[in-house]
Amino acid sequence: MIMTTENKILKKESFSTLIDKLISDQKKVLGPVKNGDLVDYALVNAASDLTDDYILTVSSAKSAAFPKIEKLLSFTNSKEGSTVTDVDFNNLPELVIVGARPCDANGFAALNAIFTWDYKDVIFTKRLEKTTVIGMSCSKCDDYCFCTSVGGNPGSTEGSDILLTRMGDGNYLAEIVTEKGSKFYEAYSMFFEPAGDQAKDSMLANVPVKFDHKEIVSKLDGFFESEVWAEQSMRCIGCGACAYVCPTCACFDIQDENKGKNGVRLRLWDSCGLSLFTLHTSGHNPREVQSQRWRQRILHKFSYMPDRLNVLGCVGCGRCSRACPADMNIIEHLSNLMEVKK
Amino acid sequence: MDDLRKKAKELLTENKVGVVIGYGQGSSGRARAVFIKDPDKTDQLIFNDKCVQDLALYLSKAEVKKMGKMAIVATVPVMRAILVLASEHQFVSDDLVVLGLSEEGKYVPLDDFKAVEEYLGALNIVLSEEDRAMIEKINAMSLEERWNFWQKEFSKCIKCYACRAACPLCYCHRCTVESNQPQWIPVAADAMGNMEWHIMRAMHIAGRCISCGYCAEACPMDIPLHLMTYTLIDEIKNDFGALAGMKADSEFALSHFKLDDKESFII
Amino acid sequence: MAEFEPKIVAFVCNWCTYAGADLTGTSRIKYSPSVKIIRFPCTGRIDFMLLLKAFANGADGIIVSGCHPNDCHYTSGNFHARRRWIVFRRLLDFVGVDVRRIQFSWVSAAEGSKWADVVNNTVAEIRKLGPYEAYQNLNNIAQEKEVSNG
Repeated sequence: MIMTTENKILKKESFSTLIDKLISDQKKVLGPVKNGDLVDYALVNAASDLTDDYILTVSSAKSAAFPKIEKLLSFTNSKEGSTVTDVDFNNLPELVIVGARPCDANGFAALNAIFTWDYKDVIFTKRLEKTTVIGMSCSKCDDYCFCTSVGGNPGSTEGSDILLTRMGDGNYLAEIVTEKGSKFYEAYSMFFEPAGDQAKDSMLANVPVKFDHKEIVSKLDGFFESEVWAEQSMRCIGCGACAYVCPTCACFDIQDENKGKNGVRLRLWDSCGLSLFTLHTSGHNPREVQSQRWRQRILHKFSYMPDRLNVLGCVGCGRCSRACPADMNIIEHLSNLMEVKK
Repeated sequence: MDDLRKKAKELLTENKVGVVIGYGQGSSGRARAVFIKDPDKTDQLIFNDKCVQDLALYLSKAEVKKMGKMAIVATVPVMRAILVLASEHQFVSDDLVVLGLSEEGKYVPLDDFKAVEEYLGALNIVLSEEDRAMIEKINAMSLEERWNFWQKEFSKCIKCYACRAACPLCYCHRCTVESNQPQWIPVAADAMGNMEWHIMRAMHIAGRCISCGYCAEACPMDIPLHLMTYTLIDEIKNDFGALAGMKADSEFALSHFKLDDKESFII
Repeated sequence: MAEFEPKIVAFVCNWCTYAGADLTGTSRIKYSPSVKIIRFPCTGRIDFMLLLKAFANGADGIIVSGCHPNDCHYTSGNFHARRRWIVFRRLLDFVGVDVRRIQFSWVSAAEGSKWADVVNNTVAEIRKLGPYEAYQNLNNIAQEKEVSNG
């Protein structure tokens, strides 16, 4: 998709004052925050809470539209029955994600495909409507990054409403990408300045291409019974870390929690890697062993989603591999798939 | 390491075991678990300071067990986990070949669980200085400071259960959190759900923890949750004289008792 | 402002403390009505999580009481409970839960006046400590507090 973007400059100091203005305007601001040795997205109360000393946050920004806990309704039980009150999603606060890497910004397209392909998920779409994505290009990458292998790149405007790129002088090139980005710019234009001829390519990280995702997608057809899944996943310990940090994973669980006669129904993150994810009430579990669950993860992202939703289920951020306690490495596994015969 | 590799190769060549579980080279300088079936691949086995995973967790995995009799490269925490698993009747000595590794990475031949017990008995097993210092630091905090410290740590928790998956002693086919009649521990990753999960986990590991630290290592959010079980190791050793993972038939501290167990708070 | 009336939950065993509490009543010994007594067959049956559930449901203080060592109706239930409490109390203290709010006791079926003392002293203690706000203010979605994104 070719988008004509408008370029502006956001000075380093103006960046901070802009963030503070957003907060004082009662907008929620989600950005990277340092917490010990960890950098992760959190809601901030001031621009000074944000950090820029990181390559990638531990978790993705998907919680803006798909939070780890979402209240769906509340209920009260009584002798006469239950009264149910739906949560009103029509008055959500505005939320601005500041510093979303291009891979993070791209994740929303995949989530949107999942949440709107047959039934339009009201909550997700309403939350996404209220979310403005201010992206931040990458000047550094590490061994785990592979956005360029899945159709992305460290300076991609795809998914961002405004994309910032830090230039040599410390100020940001701001590309106004979408209509939402234009509206944002209009509301806060006093913080921006006109841009000259800024070349951003020299400021971007070099992310080497590790494989061709189109080849992988076509190769995976017919790979269901392959032994490669067991070989690759023997060391997988079956936790949910990869799914929870992933920008495109959307599996969820629905739970009721109550206290006395009052309760709520919640939508919570879930992971297909957990052993009882597919346990039926009958006791049968179609994905009883880890290799079946690992196969599901890869096929879902690289076969089923491209096939049915025309979108890849992976943005190449590498978070899954960084977070994995057992050193499952998605670049390695995907590259390995290319070499293996069925 | 060469002695270890030689032994592993020998075991596989002579079909004495179906698989050798050990550490191999991982990505970006990490180490990872390897499952070697081919005797020619035993040179993949390595040992360095990145080898922190407690490999004993794989001994409970169905797909690994299917590979036949297992040989496992065992550092001290792995040996201790094996003895706890043996005490809990998860296997008998014949099921397993223990390829011992000293702290320096030297191969220690161990014929059976008795040999493992003897090897461990001769060592001075203590918590690391870093962990000890962290526990002391928390102990020195006021009640409110301790509460705030742990609430801040728990707030990072996303309930991925990596800590549970990493622990060699969390092998329940259906964990308490996965039962929902009743849903005893809330699934939600809010403050209550997180705290109840971590407290429950620590209590289920109490008296069984062998201080491998892999739970905290595995946590993607860097929560020092190993300190919760480590502090109980001290308590249980001091109060009941029990330390897990030193004998293949030891009694579990919380399902036994002494008539004169001492406490200071029951009136 | 009305004086704070603490909510105390008491987990007691049927054969000793519950019977002892009954004796307190028949002996006409007054004790605070602020306590809700939950009867168990034995202290050995008390799951440690139940204590936390009591706090989560609004208790400001907890009493856990059973037969004296060697007097357990089931022979050894209270010995197992004792070990469990020693470990659990240590863990709670480490994590910052206020263990001053949990009173453990051995009260036999003959100790009617002891039960009154245990309850009255615990209530006085909790009254001094105040409501257990830190615990009850924990972000708990079931209590309809706002959950932040991320």
